[in-house]
Amino acid sequence: MPREISYRKALREGLDEELARDENVFIIGEEVAEYNGAYKVTEGLWKKWGDKRVIDAPISEAGFIGMGIGASMFGLRPVMELMFFSFAYVAFDQMMNNASSCRYMSGGRLNVPIVVRGPANGGTNVGATHSHTPENIFANMPGLKVVSPSDAYDAKGLIKSAIRDNDPVYFMESTLLYGNVGEVPSNDELEEGELVIPIGKAKVKRQGTDISLIAHGGAAVTALAAADLLEEKHGIHAEVLDLRSIRPLDDEAIMETVRKTHRAIYIEENKPFCGIGAQVSSMIMEQAFDDLDAPVLRIASADAPAIYSPPLEKMQLPTAEEIVERALSIC
Amino acid sequence: MASPTRNTKSSDLADAPVNAALSDEDKLELLRTMVRIRRFEQTSLKHYHSGSIGGFLHLYIGQESVAAGSISLLGENDHVITAYRDHGHALAVGMTMKECMAELFGKRTGCSKGKGGSMHYFAPDKNYWGGHGIVGGQTPLGAGIAFALKYKGLKGCCLCYLGDGAINQGAFHEALNLAELWDLPVVYVIENNGYSMGTSQARSSAFPEQGLAARAEAYGMAWDKIDGVSIYEIRAGVQKAIERAHSESKPTLLEIETYRHKGHSVADANAEKYRTKEEIQKFMTEHDPIEFWKATLIEEGVLTEEKFKAISKEAGAEADEAAEFAEKSDYPDEAEIFDDVYWEVDNNTEAGRTGRHFFHK
Repeated sequence: MPREISYRKALREGLDEELARDENVFIIGEEVAEYNGAYKVTEGLWKKWGDKRVIDAPISEAGFIGMGIGASMFGLRPVMELMFFSFAYVAFDQMMNNASSCRYMSGGRLNVPIVVRGPANGGTNVGATHSHTPENIFANMPGLKVVSPSDAYDAKGLIKSAIRDNDPVYFMESTLLYGNVGEVPSNDELEEGELVIPIGKAKVKRQGTDISLIAHGGAAVTALAAADLLEEKHGIHAEVLDLRSIRPLDDEAIMETVRKTHRAIYIEENKPFCGIGAQVSSMIMEQAFDDLDAPVLRIASADAPAIYSPPLEKMQLPTAEEIVERALSIC
Repeated sequence: MASPTRNTKSSDLADAPVNAALSDEDKLELLRTMVRIRRFEQTSLKHYHSGSIGGFLHLYIGQESVAAGSISLLGENDHVITAYRDHGHALAVGMTMKECMAELFGKRTGCSKGKGGSMHYFAPDKNYWGGHGIVGGQTPLGAGIAFALKYKGLKGCCLCYLGDGAINQGAFHEALNLAELWDLPVVYVIENNGYSMGTSQARSSAFPEQGLAARAEAYGMAWDKIDGVSIYEIRAGVQKAIERAHSESKPTLLEIETYRHKGHSVADANAEKYRTKEEIQKFMTEHDPIEFWKATLIEEGVLTEEKFKAISKEAGAEADEAAEFAEKSDYPDEAEIFDDVYWEVDNNTEAGRTGRHFFHK
């Protein structure tokens, strides 16, 4: 029986293993140490690693993330937790300007191996300020990398790669996925002795032949549910491709699935304007136009700030039913 | 705020241990550094006007003593980071005029391969971490370098320079809080030239009557105010802060009063509108740090008028040579636009080869 653990625990294992592997790795964030993490991702790590490696920060995202960028230029490997990725906006100059461009503006004389991680999702009735999904905003900036795992396996393998990466990686999780349990082999079960997943590799999460549902983050989970419905109720075999990494982007995997199914929908919890779906559908149009039997569709959050009202917020985000309905329109 | 009423008498801080230890040659070297900075700036201005240099050009003329004096104190594990008025600090840490001038010309031989420009000089090999364009944006980075020094157990510090306009940025206050809270060996140096671009201090900043650095009181942080016209005062004052960083791992906030002779940048059309001509003239004639140091050294018998002229001429020739070098150097190739974006791509690692990193076509 393969081992199953939660997405939260998978992240924690990844962090713990990297703390053990490299003494230059340390964690800073609000409530990450003595409080054990606002969402308990870092639970137990302070107790195990102590004050030097796991540090509670004051509520100063620009200050401590900027500090981490400076420290990373000097050879340390900070892992910064944002309690919500929405708080990136108060650190925007540091995250957008300094992290992305110091290497470039120095002509390659330094690099910024920082990880900024935290949940970037809506759907938890916390209103617009705490429900941002800024993967498109940060992926727009050359020099940055954006990763968004949807299950426990990917969460563990990708956080380890992110920490080892020599460029800034913004690692976007989801509070709604933290409790999801999935297969994550223990290191003893692995030939390589550990789970490391390269950044920039998409993964087919379900094989299919009739339509490609391409997604990232929480939307990939919704897409899998939609694929079940399409199969059960309509006999349509949908393929689900989880990008896992937004930038770098696995465009080969995208074109491969489109050439296989000839139909595609991009699903994301992001806003639609200049979203990941806009980028991906444009690339499909340019690179696989002749393989398409239908227009590429995009499903995103309803285009308004995240609404608080719980039943309406459910409707604002992509649902499996909506994906089924749109899929049927082109199948 | 800046006012032309500062003490310009020869400082009794000449006897401070860090100044008493200076040899005649050390003193001349400090002069040489200041004069080289000024000649570099004057030469860059000339080439800016002739169209060889684009964008902004924030000249350091008038402030040379701050970079020259403070950086002359630094040792192996001491580091420097500054804002966009960064040419003086670059030359003071030992970057060459050639690489600095070529950067202004946008050439491949520039310190940042022509990718950073005037505001973004870098030389990590000389402990110089930029060159940062956004007001106050470098202040958390400076805390980070200090954090890393402490984390690695190195006895050093980071001198993080900022202008007086930057003291009103939120990132700066966050950095001050972190520095004091976590005992970071960082020395923040406010180069107070009296104006945040065209807005005088009185119109932009609320601060205690003791001065800008006194804001440090709110964080329980040590602070000091230094007259920037005197190399001796700068060295004596900054040295105390460096020692505090080295021996106690504690930060300091320093305010060094100085004055820029030119506008905020070359593009500042109002440089003589928000400041009176009389004020500028007064600082240029009575508070010029080079003239002040020159007079001090002549009085001490270390320098003669002839020797000064020779130093000045040599620096001018070096700047001209740097401009010629910059002129003759090549621009980067178009393909080089995509170098230096991602470390992993540049180094052709597996990570750099995985997935698509660029989306331009």
